[in-house]
Amino acid sequence: MKTLKNLAWELWLPIVLVIIWLVLSAGSSSFYFPPLADIMHDFGKVWFFNGIVQDLLPSLGRILLGFVIALLVGIIGGILLGLLRRIEEALRPVLELLRSTPGVALLPIATLFLGLGQEMKVFMIALACSWPVLLNTIDGVRSVEPVLLQVARSYRLTLWQRIRFIYIPNASPQIFAGGRLALAIATVVMVVTEMIGSPGGVGYFVLSTQRNFDLLGMWTGIIMLGLLGYLLNLAFRLAENRILRWHHLKNA
Amino acid sequence: MTDSLTSQKPTNPPAAVETLLAVKNLAKNYGKFEILGDITVDVRAGEFMCIVGPSGAGKTTLLQCLSGLLAPTAGNVALRGVEVTEPPAEMAIVFQDYSRSLMPWLSILDNVVLPLRSSKMSKDEMGNKATAALEEVGLKGHLHKYPWQLSGGMQQRVAIARALAFEPAVVLMDEPFASVDAQTRSDLEDLTLRVKEHLGITIVLVTHDIDEAVYLSDRVLVLGGRPTQVVDLIETNLGGHRDQISTKSTPEFAKLRARVYQEIRSQAAPGQP
Repeated sequence: MKTLKNLAWELWLPIVLVIIWLVLSAGSSSFYFPPLADIMHDFGKVWFFNGIVQDLLPSLGRILLGFVIALLVGIIGGILLGLLRRIEEALRPVLELLRSTPGVALLPIATLFLGLGQEMKVFMIALACSWPVLLNTIDGVRSVEPVLLQVARSYRLTLWQRIRFIYIPNASPQIFAGGRLALAIATVVMVVTEMIGSPGGVGYFVLSTQRNFDLLGMWTGIIMLGLLGYLLNLAFRLAENRILRWHHLKNA
Repeated sequence: MTDSLTSQKPTNPPAAVETLLAVKNLAKNYGKFEILGDITVDVRAGEFMCIVGPSGAGKTTLLQCLSGLLAPTAGNVALRGVEVTEPPAEMAIVFQDYSRSLMPWLSILDNVVLPLRSSKMSKDEMGNKATAALEEVGLKGHLHKYPWQLSGGMQQRVAIARALAFEPAVVLMDEPFASVDAQTRSDLEDLTLRVKEHLGITIVLVTHDIDEAVYLSDRVLVLGGRPTQVVDLIETNLGGHRDQISTKSTPEFAKLRARVYQEIRSQAAPGQP
């Protein structure tokens, strides 16, 4: 009952907005802003299920692959740099500079070396997503309570045990914060790389429909991207609630 | 009790006393500041020793040197004749601040299991050991809670259980009851005495509370001076069984308390806060 109420509370605004859009766009003769009813009609035709198989799944695969690589690189690199303070201090300016450079600025050079296919797209996603995870992990590892490290020393925990039971859990709230940021970046980079890359993917679909003056199709693609981003974030939040249960309870 | 009435000095023959922890000419400086200057003391196997001294006397520094967490500037500490350079396997430490010494992301049980993971025990064995230690401190009903869901006194019990499960020969405690209320404090003192008796371990406890030191100790080590020296080492002879009310109302207790109090007061230089 309570969750139903909460769900209703979260859903009423989106529903109202869709209704407003429906009403305002009804009978629209604008080429660029077709009626939402028509878009919804086309949405079913385009995406179920040809579109899902041809474009959505490849996009989703790229995001997940790039994101997982970024998580691995960011977390492992972050732990190493978090533990090796002197090295991290030396690398920090370079890391900050690289992070501040927009990832997509490397697109031209990436296409030269990796072409227009899958490798380039996944590489670009992973590269852009790594930074928030890496930097957050470093900070999380750094912020371990000194008393806990004394406890670890006095009970003779091995380095691996310290990483597994102290550094990673301590950094996990920050890792998740970085991960959520990275996931949003992943969607953006996915769309951009697909727009300049080879066929296949929702980003490519949006651009090619626009070029073929199929504005209805383009709008269905944009809506699909919105849904994709929303659902990815939702899945991430569910995972976070599970893994960071202690953290949310403690700070409740 | 008769012991303390008939003689002021321990009557044990020296051969029966085994030294567990030997502190020899220990000194510790922080840069130019001399904190500890030339401390020599032997901790006997099976005894309860409390270290008291005025605040700022470097009691915690001494404990950290005993544990191997801090390297002394001069002198050394030996556990059963082996020099301590890192915390030894036979030693466990209970830190002052329970809210920071337990892992907030681990359940009570997992907190106690953690130090056992270095051993070659099976998962079941670790679980059983940890559960037994938690039972010893009266926390069997809270195995799957998180530490921050418990009261301060209970959290410190978890820290004590974690030390016990490690099965050390000696437990070092750094003002372990300083941040709990008075009632909880007495409960934890009695719990510590009972556990020590039951498991036959040696305990070295740092405190600024003179009553607590006299009540718990077989011997009280009084520190003072700048840099810190040993002022006195007092055999309490209060007997094996102690009680918060009856032990504390004996004349012996009052005498010991007054003696330690005076020694500490005489150490605080005039004009010192």
